[in-house]
Amino acid sequence: MSDTNTLSQTAALDFDRRNLDWYIDKIIQALVFIAGISAIIFIIGIFVFITIEGFGFLLEDFSFREFFLSQYWEPSDEDAPEYGILALIAGTASVTGLAMIVAIPFSLGAAIFIGEFATGKTREFLKVLVELLAAIPSVVWGFIGLSIMNPLIIQIFDVPVGLNVLNAGIILGLMAAPIMTSIAEDALKAVPDRYREAAEALGATRWQVIFKTVLPAAKNGLLGAVLLGMGRGFGETMAVLMATGHAVNIPGSVFDPVRALTATIAAELGETAVGSPHYQALFTIGIFLFIITFLINLTADLIVRGIRKG
Amino acid sequence: MVNIGLDVSSMSDSVMTTATEVAHKLEVNNLTISYDGTPALSNVNLSVREHEIFGIIGPANAGKTSFLKSLNRMDTFNSSMSVNGQIRFNGLDIHNLKNIYALRSRIGVVFPLPVGLPLTIYENVALSPRLRGIKKRRELDEIVERCLTRAALWDEVKDRLNSLGSLLSGGQQQRLTIARALSQEPDLLMLDEFSIAVDPVTTMRIEDVLKELKQDMTIILVTNLVQQARRLADRTAFFLEGECVEVGVTEDLFTGQGKDQRTLDYIEGKFG
Repeated sequence: MSDTNTLSQTAALDFDRRNLDWYIDKIIQALVFIAGISAIIFIIGIFVFITIEGFGFLLEDFSFREFFLSQYWEPSDEDAPEYGILALIAGTASVTGLAMIVAIPFSLGAAIFIGEFATGKTREFLKVLVELLAAIPSVVWGFIGLSIMNPLIIQIFDVPVGLNVLNAGIILGLMAAPIMTSIAEDALKAVPDRYREAAEALGATRWQVIFKTVLPAAKNGLLGAVLLGMGRGFGETMAVLMATGHAVNIPGSVFDPVRALTATIAAELGETAVGSPHYQALFTIGIFLFIITFLINLTADLIVRGIRKG
Repeated sequence: MVNIGLDVSSMSDSVMTTATEVAHKLEVNNLTISYDGTPALSNVNLSVREHEIFGIIGPANAGKTSFLKSLNRMDTFNSSMSVNGQIRFNGLDIHNLKNIYALRSRIGVVFPLPVGLPLTIYENVALSPRLRGIKKRRELDEIVERCLTRAALWDEVKDRLNSLGSLLSGGQQQRLTIARALSQEPDLLMLDEFSIAVDPVTTMRIEDVLKELKQDMTIILVTNLVQQARRLADRTAFFLEGECVEVGVTEDLFTGQGKDQRTLDYIEGKFG
């Protein structure tokens, strides 16, 4: 009787004492918390920085009408500089749009093949290959655009210049395809095998199983993959700078050269005086890009998250 | 050259079988199933007659589910699963079929845990008819209603046919999969422990449906509930640890007229 009493008394003392394990746990919690929120702090920091840099322009020279609706980007005109990004938006949009037309069939096809048809070593090999493709630096893609695609387009389509929407769109599409493939394949893998078995037990062929069961079940993830690829295309700079021809122009056909928002910043920022209206206007483009890519990624993320819950 | 000789002999073999034992829906000879070389079921010989309910009882790991999987060639999903021996369905060797999809479309399967496809309730049931090429809405409506009614689910879902099948409760999903299997208008219906996820009242309703369905099809019923086999099955096979211990008229097995003592011991709950 007295034995149990003392035992529970010592236990009670332990309950009321903080030991080393307790402190280590708290410290690690704090460290992980800091690491976790640092990403958010950096993002907010970047946003605040570019906003501050572009702020003077937003207050003084900025006109909503001119900025979004004028197709003249002439910031270095000494008498009447004009800051219209409509042509730049058209450039980015046309290149990204074409890139998606190239990338969607390739990446979905590849994802379906890797996820549903390939087995064993073929499958592992292809997955590694796709990851490898996703890691090719964008300047290398730009170089391919300049030195391979450019003469090829001139030769095939008999046009004077091969640096245009077509060139950049194909390059960007090939760049975005690996990451889209990878995410789309994850979405297909998330579809439980019992669905496939159940559909096959009904007598469905492989293609019927994929088309009627797997794709509908994975559609949110696939849409997310497309949007993330689009975000990638939107924000891509180097390859686009090298392959578009870099001419401010609203394209009338895929053979017209264009200039992208990102490429404009990359090409001009080094040549402007810090704090000048031109410098600040470039940062305003940065804010615009930041918001657009943020929205695309957020939408993609919400959609992908949607499937996990459903 | 050798191949041609083999083909001829197996052809005459199949002709003979169909001629002499036409009432056999399914014939299994020397069936052995193994996973990565480890046998799960060895040397099973049995036959299932047309329009009977054929019960399979036995404890876990007896090989019951593997047996069902081999019947509609679900071994193709699982590269580690290998099936040896001969299975004849309607007199045809199912390992030498040109169109395995057509075979599967004639065999309805109900899995132990319900698999509502990620489609609407309506589409779950209409999928198989659609795969068969039925396109007319009226015809599909009629099939969906008939199958859901037979599976004792129609009254509960008739007002929400367009909501997702996967949102139904477990028991409802199980009845949905039964309706889906019926929508195949199968020759052979295989149920693998269908009552695991279904409440007793619904189980009894489905059992009544199965007795009716016997007129139209052959049914193989794998069950953990020996009394369910007694209520439904015309003949029953007892599987134990990868062996088919015996096959007999259900009532005989349950009244101790079986050949093997282990069967009666299992039925009476002495092990299992």
